[in-house]
Amino acid sequence: MTLTAKEVAEITRLLEESSFDEMDLELDGLRLTLRRHGAGGISESPRSGEGAPADATAVRPAISVAPEGGAQDITAPLLGTFYRAPRPGAPPFIEVGSPVEEDSIIGIIEVMKLMNTVRAGTRGRVVEIRAQDGKLVEYGEILVRVSKATQA
Amino acid sequence: MTLRRILIANRGEIAVRIIRTCRLLGIETVLAASEADRDAMPARLADRTLCIGAARPSDSYLNVGAIVQAALAARADAIHPGYGFLSERPALAQACESHGVIFIGPTAEQIESVGDKLRARAEAQASEVPVVPGGAVGSTAEAMEVARRIGLPVLVKAVGGGGGRGIKRVERLEELPHAVHLAQAEAGAAFGDARVYIERFVTRGRHIEVQVLGDGQGGVIHLGERDCSVQRRYQKLIEETPAPRLSESFRSRLHEAAVRFAGGLAYRGAGTVEFLVDLERDAFHFLEMNARIQVEHPVTEAVTGVDLVAEQIAVAAGDGLRHAQSDIRRRGCAVECRVNAEDPLRDFQPSPGRVRAVSWPAGEGVRVDTHIETGARIPPFYDSLMAKIVVHGEDRDAALERMWRAVAATRVEGVTTNLSLHSTVLANREFQEGGVDTGFLGRLLEHAPVFVEARLG
Repeated sequence: MTLTAKEVAEITRLLEESSFDEMDLELDGLRLTLRRHGAGGISESPRSGEGAPADATAVRPAISVAPEGGAQDITAPLLGTFYRAPRPGAPPFIEVGSPVEEDSIIGIIEVMKLMNTVRAGTRGRVVEIRAQDGKLVEYGEILVRVSKATQA
Repeated sequence: MTLRRILIANRGEIAVRIIRTCRLLGIETVLAASEADRDAMPARLADRTLCIGAARPSDSYLNVGAIVQAALAARADAIHPGYGFLSERPALAQACESHGVIFIGPTAEQIESVGDKLRARAEAQASEVPVVPGGAVGSTAEAMEVARRIGLPVLVKAVGGGGGRGIKRVERLEELPHAVHLAQAEAGAAFGDARVYIERFVTRGRHIEVQVLGDGQGGVIHLGERDCSVQRRYQKLIEETPAPRLSESFRSRLHEAAVRFAGGLAYRGAGTVEFLVDLERDAFHFLEMNARIQVEHPVTEAVTGVDLVAEQIAVAAGDGLRHAQSDIRRRGCAVECRVNAEDPLRDFQPSPGRVRAVSWPAGEGVRVDTHIETGARIPPFYDSLMAKIVVHGEDRDAALERMWRAVAATRVEGVTTNLSLHSTVLANREFQEGGVDTGFLGRLLEHAPVFVEARLG
């Protein structure tokens, strides 16, 4: 049996009353370090917003360059139901081969009855449509792939 | 109805904790995770994970639309909100009610009535539960009158505040008008609600709270109290049950008051009624009610043997209360230490990063609720809670010795933790004697800076 918390409380008190600042002790597999932290105690200054994000800048871009062949991924900016057309039966916003500009609408994501238009955010030609009409897409999921060069 | 599938709208250790109970009950779990948590432990344990948004809480865990949409898309019967985030926002409970999804928690109406501090005070008074002397103040004249009646010092508090935010302490009567004006302006800007009230400042108090379960029809039982007085800046560090050094009659009066308060609301689900125990006057006062499962619920589970998450689910499924008050037996003593990724020697600065290696304690009477394993990342966007070490012993001395060894046996490499603060408190005579007040930890950090680091094995 090694040192108990009660015994250590006694050792702590002895150190406090002594002129020593630090004490190391090893006993039956327990390694103990007691260290005095300045007479002024531990500095305390108000902490900014409890539970608030410490760093709130890292937001993944909707567009990312795929490793191969200069194609770009357009990803879902939010979770919801993806629609390729403005209403049932209407022609889809884009097909494979469609050219897109940065503000071209590529689809709609419905979140709790709210329709959010999704824009390409890049220029190029649609090479693949990954998201299925009427199906759930998760945040960050690839919706459409676009080749970079429009003149290819 | 039987719940077949539950969406968990939370992260970290509480998400893991909820998944564990769902598995035992044969309920499928769908985790609503932010992008930063896609590969974290809860995502691996859940039956399915849906990414609901970017890392920032406002884009994901606070996004009511994305969460309800995810529940509907995954055909979940119910949403468990955990603690923090949307757990006490009426908006999520409301959205669930209007979309036919069960919210595992109280009604939106109940969340609102305990979230408004003045309304909660009025509810307490209506249930004959003592509140801290004080009251609403609309004008400075009114504030002066109330302060003269209850005595100084007083606290000026924002009605829309909570968790220690929006509180000002006033020592002298002539400072009061200015403090009230300032508090009103700040509360208006911070909470969109300029109403303030004043309360007597209790110089030496203990924070003791009572766990309750309600069936939503007026039936309420309690599962004993927890002492959470070891805290700094209203952030709890160590909790224990039963509360040490309380007479049995005082303890029963606390339990009865909590049951009366929750009964008055016909409270549904698990909740906690917080009290401030005034050591100088030997009295207790209602502080607030937390309408959710709490971080420190495992100490109650350890001594009662009741799985509180399972009871939350049972109430949500319409099964009501499965235990009568007389079935609840409390055995021994339980203590919880919150292990945070923060540096107690550098003003408690958070220490996010990758955990190079971790080893949690195990053994008889030791339970660890965690989402951190070797290689895990602690993102900078959320709170720094890594794990809760919970021990159970036949009495307080046995539990504390077990905790001392459990903390010494814990290894975390790669991020800084507050483990040394835990060993320092555990090796402190005043804490060992029991019944410290809420100023204990602040005084310890200020005056007795001998830090104890203990490593076992």
